[in-house]
Amino acid sequence: MPQAPDTALAIGRPRTNVFKSVSRSLGAVFSVARRDPYAAVGLVIYAGFALIAIFADQLIHNDPLEILFTPDYDLARNLPPSQDFWLGTTYSGRDIYSQLIMGTRSALIVGLTAALCVVAIGTVIGLISGYFRGWVDTLLMRIADIALGVPFLPFVIVLAAFLQPSQWNVVIGIALLLWPNSARVIRAQVMSLRERAFVEAARVTGAGPWRILFIHVAPNVLALSFLYASVAVGWAILTEASISFLGFGPSDTVSWGYMLQDAYASQALGRGQYYWFVPPGLCIIAIVVAGFFISRGYEEILFPKLKA
Amino acid sequence: MKYILTRLAHMLIVLWAVGTILFFMFRLMPGTPLAAFIDNTTTAEQQQALIRQFGLDKSLGEQYWLFITNALQGDLGQSFFFKRPVTDVVMEVLPNTIILTMVSLVVAYVFGTLAGAYLAWHRGRWIEGIGIPLALTTRAAPEFWLGMVMLAVFAFGLGWFPAGGANTSGANFDSEWARIFSLDYLRHLALPAITLAVYLQGLPLLLMRSNMLEVLQEEFITMGRMKGLSNSTILLNHAARNALLPVATAFALGIGSAVGGNVVVETVFSWPGIGRLLVNAVSASDYPLAQGAFLIITFVLIIMNFIADITYHLLDPRVRFAASS
Repeated sequence: MPQAPDTALAIGRPRTNVFKSVSRSLGAVFSVARRDPYAAVGLVIYAGFALIAIFADQLIHNDPLEILFTPDYDLARNLPPSQDFWLGTTYSGRDIYSQLIMGTRSALIVGLTAALCVVAIGTVIGLISGYFRGWVDTLLMRIADIALGVPFLPFVIVLAAFLQPSQWNVVIGIALLLWPNSARVIRAQVMSLRERAFVEAARVTGAGPWRILFIHVAPNVLALSFLYASVAVGWAILTEASISFLGFGPSDTVSWGYMLQDAYASQALGRGQYYWFVPPGLCIIAIVVAGFFISRGYEEILFPKLKA
Repeated sequence: MKYILTRLAHMLIVLWAVGTILFFMFRLMPGTPLAAFIDNTTTAEQQQALIRQFGLDKSLGEQYWLFITNALQGDLGQSFFFKRPVTDVVMEVLPNTIILTMVSLVVAYVFGTLAGAYLAWHRGRWIEGIGIPLALTTRAAPEFWLGMVMLAVFAFGLGWFPAGGANTSGANFDSEWARIFSLDYLRHLALPAITLAVYLQGLPLLLMRSNMLEVLQEEFITMGRMKGLSNSTILLNHAARNALLPVATAFALGIGSAVGGNVVVETVFSWPGIGRLLVNAVSASDYPLAQGAFLIITFVLIIMNFIADITYHLLDPRVRFAASS
């Protein structure tokens, strides 16, 4: 997690259109990529996985959950990689390559939704808390303390038992528990922004607090939100994999965690079926590292102090 | 002192809030909490007796009051599955979790701190181009996957280490201490501890490196160079000592989060710790046990956050003076 900035961001533009600001943030991502090789690698990895997820239906060879048979009507169990099955088959005769491709889709859906939720909550709470101060701030920050006092993975496990097994449990768990990280940093940022001349100017012209908050202040913290989102994607994907691995995931959705749980439970480790359990792990690493790389590059632009 | 008391009050409020949320979550779970107990042979009277025995016939408010007062006395109820007090079941496995956590954290932080200082000193060299992506990669790798690869290579493939558990089954020991210090235990501990350590070392490494880079720009380092001190003296006595503080805080925070985060590693290696106990309790719908294990994990997490807060406050004069003035 990035450290809280001890100096305020250099930028502090008065009244900017939110859409413009979003597109400027996205534009900044690409300009960061041009300057920072880490961020460039991260973006390329993301783009690759996004393409795989979009065209997953065209890329797979078999339905990922279909039980396959060899031409002589035997169950296609534990077959090694071959022309037909690029990564071999599972213990119950399913195509590993197709599962890996489909897993990309569910990983990205969970990752992006969770990141969007957690950062949206964190940004709104950070804005309100930092701008209104007083008892609202105290109340929200005490709730943040409670959320941070709950052990994360155990909570998601209990949540998965409480609700029905579904990928959304992970999204809910992340949204409920991880927002304080981004909220605290954004709160600090808003506290300094609200003293700036352009906010005072808006107040003098008669703009209401909500208008000032969302039209004038919010666009200036979006870059920070983006930074947290790029890390949250990876967190969500890791958590989803862990929950599925522990057996609390849905059994009808193929994800990388589901594949690893299947491999572990069917004793693929003892049989040395590396082609089964190594690829999903490498995919998880690649996508999480991509998020780290992007946030790193972005951080150096946002907080140039770190750049020695 | 006032600061410490305020933090202590905060800590107790957080603990109470988490306990309350947990209590209501478990009471609102779908299905009857006694599902694990009731089979075809249980008669209606027996069911009623069980419900009374576990206090489930009382109103929600009464149950809550009982839960809070009992928890304050260290009584977390009876496990449905083990038919023993939850506290006993949890305390039995807690040493295993603490040993696993501490061993891997110490290994991770010693390695991470040294490697981080080394990378900071060699900034801009080729080693940095390998070291940093490598550290980020270990932080991105799912712990349980790393554990699976370790198991496949070192336990099943090469046969160097046992594949799971904490002791060879059937082994007898004179006492708990004899068990923990036996060679057998260490052989079982090796793989899970290494797996966790690989995952954990990334944080101290990156933290130490960035702190060192910051400290190395301070004037007292330039002063040291002008005095003609050797590189190693500057590195160890001047820079590293000042860069260590945030790493020490991270260590305390690390204990708290690792006790809860160990869930997956303990499951992969069938390590009889509190995380695996929680997973099994939730799977078996043993609600009192799941609730108790969760509360103990929360307790450790919050205590460690508190300690980290206090040490940071006490060790860093800048923070201390800023708070008092």
